[in-house]
Amino acid sequence: MTVVHTLPPAPDVGGPAEPLLKVEGLTKHFPVRGTGFFAPKLVARAVDGITFSIAKGETLGVVGESGCGKSTTARLLMRLIEPDSGSMIFDGELVGGELSLRDLRRRMQMVFQDSYASLNPRLTIADSLAFAPVVHGIPHGEAMAAAADLLEQVGLDSATVLGRYPHQLSGGQRQRINIARALALHPRLVILDEAVSALDKSVEAQVLNLLVDLKRSFDLTYIFISHDLNVVHYIADRAMVMYLGKIVELGPVDRIYAAPAHPYTRALFSARLSSDPERRTVAVAIEGDPPNPINPPSGCRFRTRCPMAAEVCAAHEPAAIDLGFGHSVACHLHDPASGHAEARAHV
Amino acid sequence: MDTTALPRIPPDQVKVSRSPGYWATVGRRILADRVTLVCLVLLATIALAAVFADVLAPLDPLKTSMAKRLRPIGTPGFPLGTDELGRDILSRLLYGGRMSLLMGSWPVANALVIGGTLGIVAGFFGGRLNMVIMRTVDVFYAFPSVLLAVAISGALGSGMKNAIVALTIVFVPPLVRIAETVTTQVRNLDFVEAARASGAGSPTIIRVHLLPNVMGAIVVYASGLFSVSIILASGLSFLGLGVEPPQAEWGLMLNTLRQAIYVQPWVAILPGMMIFVTSICCNLASDGLRAAMEIKQ
Repeated sequence: MTVVHTLPPAPDVGGPAEPLLKVEGLTKHFPVRGTGFFAPKLVARAVDGITFSIAKGETLGVVGESGCGKSTTARLLMRLIEPDSGSMIFDGELVGGELSLRDLRRRMQMVFQDSYASLNPRLTIADSLAFAPVVHGIPHGEAMAAAADLLEQVGLDSATVLGRYPHQLSGGQRQRINIARALALHPRLVILDEAVSALDKSVEAQVLNLLVDLKRSFDLTYIFISHDLNVVHYIADRAMVMYLGKIVELGPVDRIYAAPAHPYTRALFSARLSSDPERRTVAVAIEGDPPNPINPPSGCRFRTRCPMAAEVCAAHEPAAIDLGFGHSVACHLHDPASGHAEARAHV
Repeated sequence: MDTTALPRIPPDQVKVSRSPGYWATVGRRILADRVTLVCLVLLATIALAAVFADVLAPLDPLKTSMAKRLRPIGTPGFPLGTDELGRDILSRLLYGGRMSLLMGSWPVANALVIGGTLGIVAGFFGGRLNMVIMRTVDVFYAFPSVLLAVAISGALGSGMKNAIVALTIVFVPPLVRIAETVTTQVRNLDFVEAARASGAGSPTIIRVHLLPNVMGAIVVYASGLFSVSIILASGLSFLGLGVEPPQAEWGLMLNTLRQAIYVQPWVAILPGMMIFVTSICCNLASDGLRAAMEIKQ
């Protein structure tokens, strides 16, 4: 194991028991201009008070439909957009408090979905990879050497790739370079925002395996955002299901995949493709698009599409209910005290 | 594959087989494009002829001769004839080229710096700053460019300096708009976000990631304005608002020779021909440049 870093890895401040990242009530409402000049100002509730934490060395998969706030969450965590409210504690240090944004971005990096748009077309691969370390004060020569090293780590031939421009490479190669670029600062947490979604299936598998290898050798923690449930099942330890800016279910992948608790999760899983004839999708559980986040439904946001919706679902927003084993769900069905007719107790 | 077991490469052994650089590729494409090449050569010839006008001109461009007025092309001693005051047309075209090219390039260069900066700032920072800059620029769009140039020039008074100021003001708004548009497009690309995510500040991001990706489009657009500037400057001179007689300038020459069009039509159209050739070369070269600067081809 000879991993070389020009930037020393960030120290483990909080110890192994401290979660790497604790997110509390993270919220982002985008102002939306109403139609017409005098229309009232509206807000799209892209991310609405999400709370979760991620342990050191785990992979958290984030799943949900398009527009559920997955990518906004990623950008909020990176502070590429400013949250309206909520706090983030990275390894025991408050982001914006003890931990400056600049230091946060040294410890947390992101890989974007579009491998071409996320590389500057006018820079050679070497310059792209050396950019972040140089910004953080590494001499140019060393940053270049580290770039060559990183390319080998992500399985590319540094001699041929370093001097090339992004358009001269394939999508899979470019995404490997984006991963290398994210690792150049030796972060502790890497957010993979649909990082393999745009790749061919065979290339996707290779890159996934690479991610697994890199996680081990660089001692990383991943937040893996994807709409592909099979991929999340493969790579993640825990899964977080989002619907319309809220977390509806959060728990270990094995438990969620074996027994999804939230009606939305069940619907999502029934829409999953399978090559196993025994597990063929029989019926479409939910139809249509999610409601508009500008004016989300009252109470539970899923109630408009939920087959189990009752009156209580419109009246009260369900709180997260602990199902044990770190599995929690925000649904009245699992809370006997909620007043839902079909609610039953667990544990 | 265990990627971690690979040995570290020492810095002095990092081999970078750099693929041909961007500008080398652009140069190769221009050399392969015959139309652009011819236009660039013509433009260079015209520019050199103007620069070395005092060496090349056979006669004093201001020396009049009442006896030798409006001689045709090919008159001995006056290869391109004489104008209505008996001045040598060839010498006047050479000296006039100086003025015309100056009037073509100065306003565009000024506007490129002012408009480009404003546009990039507006596009990159967005928000209220963008609003203020872009709405101010919109005011200038309310006037047709020729009318605006004439109005500003008229208000400032005639003279070359004022004409340059007037033309600069005319060219700033379109350049702001182009710069703002391309900047907004590039700013929203993931690599700018990635650069910010790696902790870089706005000045670094603008210098490393933004400028190289927007300057091409802005400069190509500005090079297209060069011919417009020559024509507008000629127009101002034609109206008596630009270069003042007896100085030679193509637009002014066209104006004064206008009355001679029935007497010596071939002599009278010569300054117009120069304006035409220069502008069309500019436009074609600018098109060729744009094509050559495409990243993917």
